[in-house]
Amino acid sequence: MTTTETRFTRSDFQSNQEVKWCPGCGDYTILASVQTFLASLDVDREKHVFISGIGCSSRFPYYMNTYGMHSIHGRAPAIATGVALANPELTVWVITGDGDGLSIGGNHIIHALRRNVNLNVLLFNNQIYGLTKGQYSPTSEAGKKTKTSPLGSLDHPFNPVSLALGAEATFVARTIDMDRTHSTQMLQAAYEHHGTSFVEIYQNCNVFNDKAFQILTGRQERDANRIYLKEGEPIVFGKEDEMGVVVGVEGAQIVRVEDVGIEAIAVHDPARPNPGVAFALSRLAHGPSGPTPIGIFRRIQRSSYGDLLVSQIDDAKARNSSASISDLVQQHGTWTVE
Amino acid sequence: MQEETLSPPKPPEKLDRVVIRFAGDSGDGMQLAGTRFMESSAAFGNDLATFPDYPAEIRAPQGTLAGVSSFQVHIADWDILTHGDEADVLVAMNPAALKANLREVVAGGLILANEDAFDDRNLEKAGYESNPLTDDSLSNYHVMTAPMEKLTKLAVAGTGVKGRSVLRSKNFFALGLISWMFNRPTESVYGWIEEKFGADTPVGQANVEAFRAGFNFGNTTEEFHHTFEVAPAKLPAGTYTNITGNQALAWGLVAAAKSAGLTLFLGSYPITPATSILEEVARLKHFGAKTFQAEDEIAGVGVSLGAAFAGHLAVTTTSGPGVALKSETLSLALMTELPLILVDVQRAGPSTGLPTKVEQSDLMMALYGRHGEAPLPVLAAASPSDAFEVAMEAARIALTYMTPVILLSDGYLANGAEPWRLPDFDDLPSIDITHTTKPNGPDGVFYPYARDEVTGARPWAVPGTPGLEHRIGGLEKAALTGNVSHDPDNHEMMTAARAAKVAGIANDIPEVEVFGPEEAKVLVVSWGSTFGGVRAGVKNATTAGYPAAHVHLRYLNPLPRNLGDVLARYDKVLIPELNLGQLAMVLRAKFLVPAITLSKVQGAPFMANDVTDKIIELLEDKS
Ligand code: SF4
Repeated sequence: MTTTETRFTRSDFQSNQEVKWCPGCGDYTILASVQTFLASLDVDREKHVFISGIGCSSRFPYYMNTYGMHSIHGRAPAIATGVALANPELTVWVITGDGDGLSIGGNHIIHALRRNVNLNVLLFNNQIYGLTKGQYSPTSEAGKKTKTSPLGSLDHPFNPVSLALGAEATFVARTIDMDRTHSTQMLQAAYEHHGTSFVEIYQNCNVFNDKAFQILTGRQERDANRIYLKEGEPIVFGKEDEMGVVVGVEGAQIVRVEDVGIEAIAVHDPARPNPGVAFALSRLAHGPSGPTPIGIFRRIQRSSYGDLLVSQIDDAKARNSSASISDLVQQHGTWTVE
Repeated sequence: MQEETLSPPKPPEKLDRVVIRFAGDSGDGMQLAGTRFMESSAAFGNDLATFPDYPAEIRAPQGTLAGVSSFQVHIADWDILTHGDEADVLVAMNPAALKANLREVVAGGLILANEDAFDDRNLEKAGYESNPLTDDSLSNYHVMTAPMEKLTKLAVAGTGVKGRSVLRSKNFFALGLISWMFNRPTESVYGWIEEKFGADTPVGQANVEAFRAGFNFGNTTEEFHHTFEVAPAKLPAGTYTNITGNQALAWGLVAAAKSAGLTLFLGSYPITPATSILEEVARLKHFGAKTFQAEDEIAGVGVSLGAAFAGHLAVTTTSGPGVALKSETLSLALMTELPLILVDVQRAGPSTGLPTKVEQSDLMMALYGRHGEAPLPVLAAASPSDAFEVAMEAARIALTYMTPVILLSDGYLANGAEPWRLPDFDDLPSIDITHTTKPNGPDGVFYPYARDEVTGARPWAVPGTPGLEHRIGGLEKAALTGNVSHDPDNHEMMTAARAAKVAGIANDIPEVEVFGPEEAKVLVVSWGSTFGGVRAGVKNATTAGYPAAHVHLRYLNPLPRNLGDVLARYDKVLIPELNLGQLAMVLRAKFLVPAITLSKVQGAPFMANDVTDKIIELLEDKS
């Protein structure tokens, strides 16, 4: 981004529809971040397509003055794949949530990731079903009491970042709704990445699961718990950077920097071909339940499915320039009746 | 010594038609033998129809009834409609094949058995207590035997093929023998072997030798000296190719995309018997066709809907269980009013049912199997080659009316083949559609849900088009703007508008034509793949002095606009269907006619006789 003046303002990306989330919902913040980010790009509105499933977050496309489809529960990655493959010029965004993307739509998410379709997946994780008014989700902590789990949920939750890494994702990041600077950086990186970019956004549902991310957003707690992953830098955190992360055969562990020395602290490199360290980092927090890495876990280059499809078609055309049904039938074998 | 026992070959006996069924274990290569026989008969100029029938298990236990695979070829010197009710010739490669197929062999028919396979073990597996080839139980048939395995072994010795592979060529022995008996040209078989296996490979050579051995066995064995000839058919002049329903469908979709000037996008998940459509289109990438093998049925229709939104001619292919999974997305396509073709190659259900067998039991699901008020156009192909035209017609309707369309085929059409007189491919009907590029409202406003006055279709503005940015989705749309609307009057109006759009297609499709004599009192109404059997049954009844008329429906929704008047003209309406009477229920409800169902759900098509007998029964019943 070298332009100093942009052609757009946030309002260019606001549709004329009234935004209908609950007052105070984290979705408002994310909507503002995305609209502001798109305005910062030199990309025309018609080039953006937002595809969502079902859930609170999935209302998102209605509020964007771009192309969009509010589809059906869980299927946004599949529909978005069709859009992206049909027109590689488009920037296709998938807006989904923990229920939509990881429960009913889990299958589509993992396959989009492994294929590396050129999509930007924003998964709003609020660890609850909001639209249906408060049932536990696949990211709710075990034991959570909700209307459908009055005695506590028996489900072991997913860690979305671990899941994405396991699904061969080429870009995996995590951010927080309230941290607009950081989330804008993540949007930028996801936008620039060619292939499927997966961004987990911790999103506060202040009605049904308020303060789920308090340890990362609360003034008192956040410095001690946000581990910002910065490429090329040792992974340290805390008010004075007094804490750090080491990675060994036991995975990633949190240490006091003074106990091990700064040289022992892991240097963050999201471009490692092997996803092992990224996965180890993702296991530091399941929840969040303590110090939690935020940032880009993994960013590697691999051809996108769309590029491969286009080149396969181009090759086929180069090898066989005849695209006529008559020729096809001739090759199949014909005979003539006089 | 041999010279003395050899009598000069007799001239071939002329037949106007013959039905030959190759039957064996699923590992015996009967589909291949039947296909080759079909191809050489086509090259010879016969009219033909085929019926491949194979078990659902890829490797069912050897030698058992469950493992029997067969391929029936009906060849004739005239224009035929069906694969033949009963076989005149049965090639039985083992006892199970004989047992499973005997009841479909005509009395007095010829049974050609591989005697080597009729040992105690195989007889027991097939449930025979004694050997039917020797115990007189086949006295109503003409039985001939050949030691096919022994002679194949001898023939392929020296080709380098070893072990178990040696007996693999025995299907070519059988094919050679039948080719001799029916005076088939042999070049196409040799040509095919060479192309498929190479002329110099051990397998290629073994197949050539086995075929030759079978052919010569006929030539030199007294018993086989009677040969037959079915002359070329006097088909209408033109260029022909042999085509299966799935292939015709795939080509029809490719042709439709060309006619519409759009890219074809096919998103599917493999499922029997629809898979070969995806396979066929996948090899047509040089046409620019995009294929996508999805992670599941739901994703298959999902990617296609996305591609439709983005401006492609989008298609998803499946069979019954897949339609159930795709139904929610189909409703979204209906709500978003995007063009999409869903091809259902029906098979016997419910659930996994009989996956390789034919049935027409998805009609109700196609017409009504969605939540909400969700009418869609539904079309059905009548024969393998008809699938080409129906695919183009489904595309025309989807694109003209901005609606998902269901195209019904079935397992019988999918794999069955027939000669297809080629249309002029440079002169196929063009499909006129355009992606909208200009605002359609005042002051540069774009209304994504403004409707065309004639068709009721909304504009197709694809992402990437400047100035027409809009959002669609599954929530009810406000008329014109397409914004979310919970207004009750709007919902009622939009429900009616969607239904009217589909109903209005009746003005854009041909009226039904009645086949048959004026004086007929019975009208037979059919749809889908039963066309050939029903038409033949109607003709036979009429010839036998029981005049009957026939209407075959390509359009199941909306129904042709004159259908009600036609139905009212007859005393009795008979509806043969490979289900429990689904079309009959629709016609009874819509037109209040006391339609009578002729039902068959045996995983097999109608025989012409089934229909003839029922017509006669109805006409003799004076009640
Ligand atoms: S229910 Fe929760 S997630 Fe949904 S809009 Fe309200 S606050 Fe936001």
